Amino acid sequence: MLRGWPVSEMAAHSAHPPGFAHQFETVEQQREAGTLGMWVFLVTEILFFGGMFTSYIIYRSLHLQSFIQGSHELIVRFGATNTAVLIFSSLTMALAIRSAQTGKSKGQIIFWLILTMILGATFIGVKLRFEWYRDYVEGLIPGVSWLDGGTHTPGVKMFMCFYFFMTGLHALHMVVGLGILTVLVIMTARNKFSSQYYSPLEISGLYWHFVDIVWIFLFPLLYLIGGRYPGS
Amino acid sequence: MIPLQPPAASTTAEGIDRLYLVLSGITAFFTVLIFSIIFVFMVKYRRRSDDEKTVETHTPLIVELTWTIIPSLICAVLFVWSAALYVQNGRPPASSTEIFVIGKQWMWHLQHAEGPREINELHVPVGVPIKLTITSQDVIHDFYIPAFRVKKDALPGRYTSLWFQATETGTFHLFCAQYCGTNHSEMIGWVYVMPPTDYAAWLAGGEKTESLAQQGERLFTQFGCNSCHTGEAGAQAPSLAGIYGKPQKMANGETRVVDESLLSQAIWVPSSVHLPNYKSIMPTYQGQVDSEQMVRLIAYVKSLGSEERNGK
Amino acid sequence: MSAATADLHDAPAESGVNYLNADYGIRSWLLTFDHKRIGLLYLASITVMFLVGGIAAVLMRIHLVEPQGALFEPETYNKMFSTHGIIMVFFFLVPSIPATLGNFLIPLMIGARDVAFPKLNLMSWYIFITGAALALLATLSGGVDTGWTFYPPYSSHYSATNVTIVALGVFIAGFSSILTGLNFIVTIHKMRAPGMTWFRLPLFIWAMYATSLIFVLGTPVIAITLFLLGLERILHVGIFDPAVGGDPLLFQHLFWFYSHPAVYIMILPGMGVVSELITAFSRKKIFGYSFVAFSSLSIAVISFIVWGHHMFVTGQSIYAGLVFSVLSFLVAIPSAVKVFNWTATLYRGSISYEAPMLYALGFIGLFTIGGLTGLFLASLATDVHLNGTYFIVAHFHYIMVGGAVMAYLGGLHYWWPKISGRMYPDLWARISAAIIFLGFNLTFFPQFMLGYLGMPRRYAVYPAEFQVLNVLSSAGASILGIGYVIPLIYLIWSMRYGPVAGPNPWKATGLEWTIPSPPPTENFAEIPVVTEDAYNYPVAEAHKYPDAPGVARV
Repeated sequence: MLRGWPVSEMAAHSAHPPGFAHQFETVEQQREAGTLGMWVFLVTEILFFGGMFTSYIIYRSLHLQSFIQGSHELIVRFGATNTAVLIFSSLTMALAIRSAQTGKSKGQIIFWLILTMILGATFIGVKLRFEWYRDYVEGLIPGVSWLDGGTHTPGVKMFMCFYFFMTGLHALHMVVGLGILTVLVIMTARNKFSSQYYSPLEISGLYWHFVDIVWIFLFPLLYLIGGRYPGS
Repeated sequence: MIPLQPPAASTTAEGIDRLYLVLSGITAFFTVLIFSIIFVFMVKYRRRSDDEKTVETHTPLIVELTWTIIPSLICAVLFVWSAALYVQNGRPPASSTEIFVIGKQWMWHLQHAEGPREINELHVPVGVPIKLTITSQDVIHDFYIPAFRVKKDALPGRYTSLWFQATETGTFHLFCAQYCGTNHSEMIGWVYVMPPTDYAAWLAGGEKTESLAQQGERLFTQFGCNSCHTGEAGAQAPSLAGIYGKPQKMANGETRVVDESLLSQAIWVPSSVHLPNYKSIMPTYQGQVDSEQMVRLIAYVKSLGSEERNGK
Repeated sequence: MSAATADLHDAPAESGVNYLNADYGIRSWLLTFDHKRIGLLYLASITVMFLVGGIAAVLMRIHLVEPQGALFEPETYNKMFSTHGIIMVFFFLVPSIPATLGNFLIPLMIGARDVAFPKLNLMSWYIFITGAALALLATLSGGVDTGWTFYPPYSSHYSATNVTIVALGVFIAGFSSILTGLNFIVTIHKMRAPGMTWFRLPLFIWAMYATSLIFVLGTPVIAITLFLLGLERILHVGIFDPAVGGDPLLFQHLFWFYSHPAVYIMILPGMGVVSELITAFSRKKIFGYSFVAFSSLSIAVISFIVWGHHMFVTGQSIYAGLVFSVLSFLVAIPSAVKVFNWTATLYRGSISYEAPMLYALGFIGLFTIGGLTGLFLASLATDVHLNGTYFIVAHFHYIMVGGAVMAYLGGLHYWWPKISGRMYPDLWARISAAIIFLGFNLTFFPQFMLGYLGMPRRYAVYPAEFQVLNVLSSAGASILGIGYVIPLIYLIWSMRYGPVAGPNPWKATGLEWTIPSPPPTENFAEIPVVTEDAYNYPVAEAHKYPDAPGVARV
C-alpha cells in the first residue's frame, strides 16, 4: 500500500518514466522538487547539529584547559584515518552517481555503492572497536563507565559528554546513510535507474556528502584543539 | 475597590509607573482607534446587495510609509526611555547596604552583613539604598518585591544583584517569581520597611551574632583555606587581600572582575579557574561548603583589604 | 487508496466523486496520501489535543477561584498548568492552522494536485500522533510538573515526574513540524500552476511560507535542546549543572532560540487566514499586498534574534538586554503594518458579517491589544516588574487565543463548505463567535491587572487580595469554554445535515473556489493557467489617484 501508485496505472502512462510521481506535472519538476527537498532537509540538519556545536563552543571557551585535557584523551591517528575513509567514501559515492549519469551498467553502479558502504562501515568499525571500546575500558564514558580521579576531572567529563553526543549523533546519521545505501543497491539491482532517471542516487549523495562534511568539522574541533599532534 | 496598581514604595517605582502609564495610553489609543475605524467601516460599507461591486483602491506608498514610520518612532522613544531607566536602575549607589539572599526550595534566607538572619522576611530601613546579592542553593528562583518594582533571578552557582531604596515605611509582599517546584506559590514573605532608628534597634536586638565577615573568617580557618592562602610571598595560593572588585587576569588571557560569582566558582569548581603563575592544585569544596557558608566566606574575602579588616 | 481512484487524471468532477467518498474504510484514511484527507486526520488529532488541554485549563480556573485553591494540592495544580501549556503549545497551536488548513489548502491555492511529498506528509502525521500519544500517556500516568518551559536544574535534577517521556513526545512531534515545513517550502517553490507568480499568490501562502521557514530553521534546535535535557536527566552528566561547571542558562538560550520563533509559527498562519477572510468578506483587494507579504517574511526573520527578551531578569549583561530590547521593538512593526493594511482593506468595501468575518475582526482587535502589551515586555524597565507575573500570561493568551485560535476558527468556518461540501448554520456560528469574544476578554483582561499588581504566574495558591480578579477571570473561562463547545457540535452536525454548498458559496476569489465542494481527489481536472492577481474582485469603476511622485500601485 505504501509503495505508491500501482504499476498497472503507471504502465498506462507510458509517457512518464518509471518512478514518476503523479502529483507532479513533469519529470523535471519532480527532480527539482526532490533536490530542493533534500537541500532544505540538510539545512535542518545544520541547525540540529548547530545547537550542539554552539553549546560545545560556549563550554570550550568557559573551560578551555579542561577541554584541551579532554581532547588529549582522544587518539588522533584513528580520527585522521576515519577522516580519510569518509572523504574517500564521498568520492566513491560521487562515482556511483557518475556511473548512473553516464549510463553505465548496474553492476558498476552497485560496485561503487557497495564500496561506499564498506568505507562507511569501516568508519563505524574503527570508532567502535578502537575508540569507544577503549574509552569504555578506560572509564571515559560519562554515565556509562566513568572513573573519577586523576585526569578525569569534571571539565574533562564535560568534554567527553560532548564528544560522545556529537560523534554519537554523527554515527547515527552514518548508520541511517548505510540503510539508505542498502535501499539504493536494491533499487539499482531491480533496474530502477537509468541515465534519464537517477535522482534518488543524487539526492542520497547529497545526504552522504553532508554527513561527511559534519565529520570534517567534528574532527578538528574535538581531536585537534589540544594543539599537539602527530600520533599521540 | 480593585486596586489598579501596587504600592509605589521605592525611588524607582514612580518612574516605572509613569512609563507603564504611557504604554497603557498608547495601547488604549491604538486599540480604540482601530476598533473605531473598523466599526465605522463596518457600518458605512456594509453590503447592501449581493451583486454590488467595490471600488478599486490603490495603495499610495506614502500611506504605507506613514504607518510604518510613526510606530517606529514611537517604539524608538519607548526603547530609549525604558533603556535609560533600566540602566539607571541597574547601578546600585556606592553607599548601599549589602544583604545576601539565598533562595532554596521553598524559602528565602536573608543574611544581613552585621549578622542577623531572616527567613522569608526582610527588615530594611527606609530611605537607605539596599543592595541584595542573590543566589540559589538548588533550582532557579526569582526574588520579587512588587512594591519596589524590583525582580531578579536567583541562580545556583551564580550571584545576581538588585538594589532599591524604600521611600515609605510599611509591609510589602515578597514573592518567588520563577517556578521552582511544588511549593513555588508558598515561597513568599514580607518586607518590613522601618524608620532608621527602629531598624537599628531591630538589628541590635535579638541574638548577638557576629558579622557575616567574622563568621566567614572562622570558616576560612575551619576549612583550612588559610593553610595555602597565607598571604605571604611565595605561597602556593594567591593572596586574597583587597582582591574583591578588582580585575584579575586569567591564564587564558581574559580578564574577569573578582565578584561573588568568580569567588564561588573558585571554591566550588576550582578546575575551571586558572590563574597565571599558579598551578591548578586547589581541591574542590563542592559538597563541603554550602550556600550559606559560601556567603560568609565571600563576605570575609570582601572585608580583606578594607578598613574594617580585623587583621588576618 | 484503491486502484480505482489511484489514477489522478481520470475521475471527472461531475460524477459526484470527491475526495471524501472516493474510497471508504479506515484503511483508506490511515494509508492515504491525499493532502486533503491528511489535513482532516490532523484536524481530528488536534481537536482531541485541544479538548485535553482545554479541560486542564477549565480545571485550573475552577481551582483558582479560591486563594487557597479550590480543587487541588499544589503538586497536582503544577501538573495541570504544565500539561495545559505543553499540550496547547506543541500539540495544538503549532500544528493547528499549518497541518489542517495548510495541508488542505496549499495545493488548491497554488493550483497543484498535491504537496511535493505526499508520503512524507502521511509520515508526518504518524510522527505527530506518536509524539502526542507519548505525551498523553505520560500525562495520564503521573504527569509532568516542570511547566512547558522545562527549565533545569528543576527539570533535570529535582522533578520526580515523567519529564523524559514528555520531552521525548515533544521531540518526536518536532520532526512532524520539520517535515511539514519542508514539504510546504518545496511545494510552494516548485508546484505553482503556470502563471502563478510569487506576487500573485494568496497571502495565506506567503504566511505559510514564512511559517515553514521557521519550522525548518527553529524546530531542530528545540529537538537538540530537549535531547540534551533528556541526557542530563538520565545520565546526570552536568551540562546544565553548575556544580560541575555547567550552566542552566545555556538551556534557556537554546530553548528560547526555538520557542520565540515558535510563537510566530503560532500567529503567522492566523495572519494569513485573516488576510483571506478580510478580502473575501469585503470583496475587495487587500490594501498593500506586498507590504503584507514582506511583513510575513520579516517577522519570520526578525523572530530569530529576539529570544533574549525572555531572560531580561536572569542577570544577563545590560548590553544583551539593550540589544534584545531594541530588536523586540523592531519585530512589532511589521505586525502593526499588517493591522493597518487589514483595516484599510475594509475602506469602501462591500462588507458582510458571516461568522468568519466576525472571527477575523475579533482577531484584529484582540491581536492589537495583545501585540501592544508586548511593548510593555520589550521595554526593559517595565519588563523587570512584569516578568513572571500574570501580565505575561494575559499577553500571550491575547495573541494565541484571541488571535491564533480565533483565526483558526474563522478559517475553519470559511473553508468548511469546501472541506465538507456543507454549510454550517451561520446564526449559531455568529452566536458562538460573540460568546467566545466576550468570554475571552472577561477571562484574560483581569489578568493584565493581576500582573501589574504583582501576582506571579504558576501559583497554586495566592494572597486573598487577588481573589476578585481571579474570580472574574474564572467566570470568563467558563463562558469561553461554552463558546468552544458549540461549534464542535454544529460543525459535526452539518457534515450530515447541513445544506449542500456549491463550489463558491462566498463568491470569493482564489483557485480553491473554482473547483467543486468537496474537491475531487486530484483537485483540478486540468491544471489552471493563472492570469490575474490575487483578490481580483469585480470593481465598479477604476478609482484613479492623481499621478504624483511617491504614489505607487502596489
